[in-house]
Amino acid sequence: MTVPADTRPMVEARGVHKAYGRLEVLKGIDMTVGRGEVLCLIGPSGSGKSTFLRCINHLEKIDGGELCVDGELVGYREVGNRLYELKDREVCAKRAEIGMVFQRFNLFPHMSVLDNVTSGPVWVRRAASGASKDRARDLLARVGLADKVSSYPNQLSGGQQQRVAIARALAMDPKLMLFDEPTSALDPELVGDVLDVMRDLANEGMTMIVVTHEMGFAREVGDTAVFMDGGVVIEQGDPTQVLTDPKHERTRSFLAKVL
Amino acid sequence: MTIVPVRHPWRWVASVVILIFVAMLVNTLLFSHVVRGGVREGRFQWGVVGHYLFVTPVLRGIEVTLELTVIAMIAGVVIGILLAVMRLSPSRLLSGAAWVYIWFFRGTPVLVQLFFWYLGIAYLYQHLTLGVPFGPALVTFNSNTLITTFVAGALGLSFNEGAYMAEIVRAGIISVDEGQSEAAASLGMSKRQMLRRIILPQAMRVIIPPTGNETISMLKTTSLVSTIAVVDLFQATQSIASTTYQVVPLLMVASLWYLLFTSIMTIGQYYVERYYARGSARQLPPTPLQRLRQALRRTPSTPVPALVTDTSIHHEGAM
Repeated sequence: MTVPADTRPMVEARGVHKAYGRLEVLKGIDMTVGRGEVLCLIGPSGSGKSTFLRCINHLEKIDGGELCVDGELVGYREVGNRLYELKDREVCAKRAEIGMVFQRFNLFPHMSVLDNVTSGPVWVRRAASGASKDRARDLLARVGLADKVSSYPNQLSGGQQQRVAIARALAMDPKLMLFDEPTSALDPELVGDVLDVMRDLANEGMTMIVVTHEMGFAREVGDTAVFMDGGVVIEQGDPTQVLTDPKHERTRSFLAKVL
Repeated sequence: MTIVPVRHPWRWVASVVILIFVAMLVNTLLFSHVVRGGVREGRFQWGVVGHYLFVTPVLRGIEVTLELTVIAMIAGVVIGILLAVMRLSPSRLLSGAAWVYIWFFRGTPVLVQLFFWYLGIAYLYQHLTLGVPFGPALVTFNSNTLITTFVAGALGLSFNEGAYMAEIVRAGIISVDEGQSEAAASLGMSKRQMLRRIILPQAMRVIIPPTGNETISMLKTTSLVSTIAVVDLFQATQSIASTTYQVVPLLMVASLWYLLFTSIMTIGQYYVERYYARGSARQLPPTPLQRLRQALRRTPSTPVPALVTDTSIHHEGAM
């Protein structure tokens, strides 16, 4: 009955519903993300991509359907045939295993770059401060910001801030990374640096879900592309096929506008 | 070609008017005399003021005033944070309770509240009891011995201040971008860590300036406790005045002390604000002391070209 842990999908969604009051944002999303897979979510704004992403680490509560991360339900524990809502502490522990990168970076402006990156390990995992700092320096070097360790976020460009945000998420050794339009708030010439970091991450085998408008990135790095509109998945498949030869008229008209 | 700068004739007029007022003020404060009871003496009796400035009752009064200010502000901030968090809680009961507290304590004058703590408690409850609600009592106090005038003053000022601080803290918390709590949550931080490490430090930038004003205001508001027989700075000067009949010089004694402490607080507030502005302004402007030091360094004979002074300011700021 139990599936071996390493072949289980990382994220499994079945009929996920989400509504804000009377406004239905997600109308039954089915999606599977395998281990080490890079899934790119594309679609017009208001299509529910970001909401779905936020449901995965329980920043939003789903109203219907089933959502599993690494074989465990998001926000609930199943005992017998009852679902017990998780306590705050348990939700926090689950979130700590999932990294998230936001469109507007959301770095902590009152803390240095280094403290931003160590904040998770030191406060949430109670890791030793010295070891966390060394690790943070390594991660910052990896995203090309070794010399910005003691800067404050507002002294950095948008692209640099976003790379710090990625390092901050990686410091928690996440098993899954969620990217919510990571390059949408950046000046065009800064987008490349951030995408390079994400590409390296994908090559190292990180499981990633990326909400993006960067079709080039989706085609080159993505294993799967999913096109969403109006709270439903319109089509999904190989990125090259979805992006160059879509089967659905909605996908075609969307791509015609953005490409 | 010579450049003729724009003239500002009205500035000159205004300057002259202000100078005349300053001269009049200095004259009346220091040099004018008046005949009182057949004796010619300085109008402001600075000698008398100086004599009473450091007498023991006044110094003791200062102690009480400062104690009340510190107690009321610390209690006010603690109550304020608690109420602000309650008001922002999704629980209707918690936010409602906080709302009612603020409604009551902001809706009645602090002077009336002070009298309530002083007279009302002992009148309504002759004994205060610690024990199980509706059950047995563990310890019982006599209200009159437990609530001294000082305690009544401290309680009155603290509970009142809590209501005002709650609104200040709430405004600070609301001012922090929602993305901050989302980022903190996505790292797995608990609500408490989020509040303490991420939200409150950033809210401080909004909270500090009005809190400084509140503290300065509190120092002066403590003088109301003189009406419930607490011997604070104001009451101390008043009781001396009632025996010596030197009412005005003693009002000046009180004023000078209040001014001294509010001035110290203003300077303190400036530096605390600077500390919490870290990360929001790219480069903080130099403090008055730093500017003075720069000015002293720059004066020697040869004027420094503008470009060089500019970079020196940058280095100063970067430190």
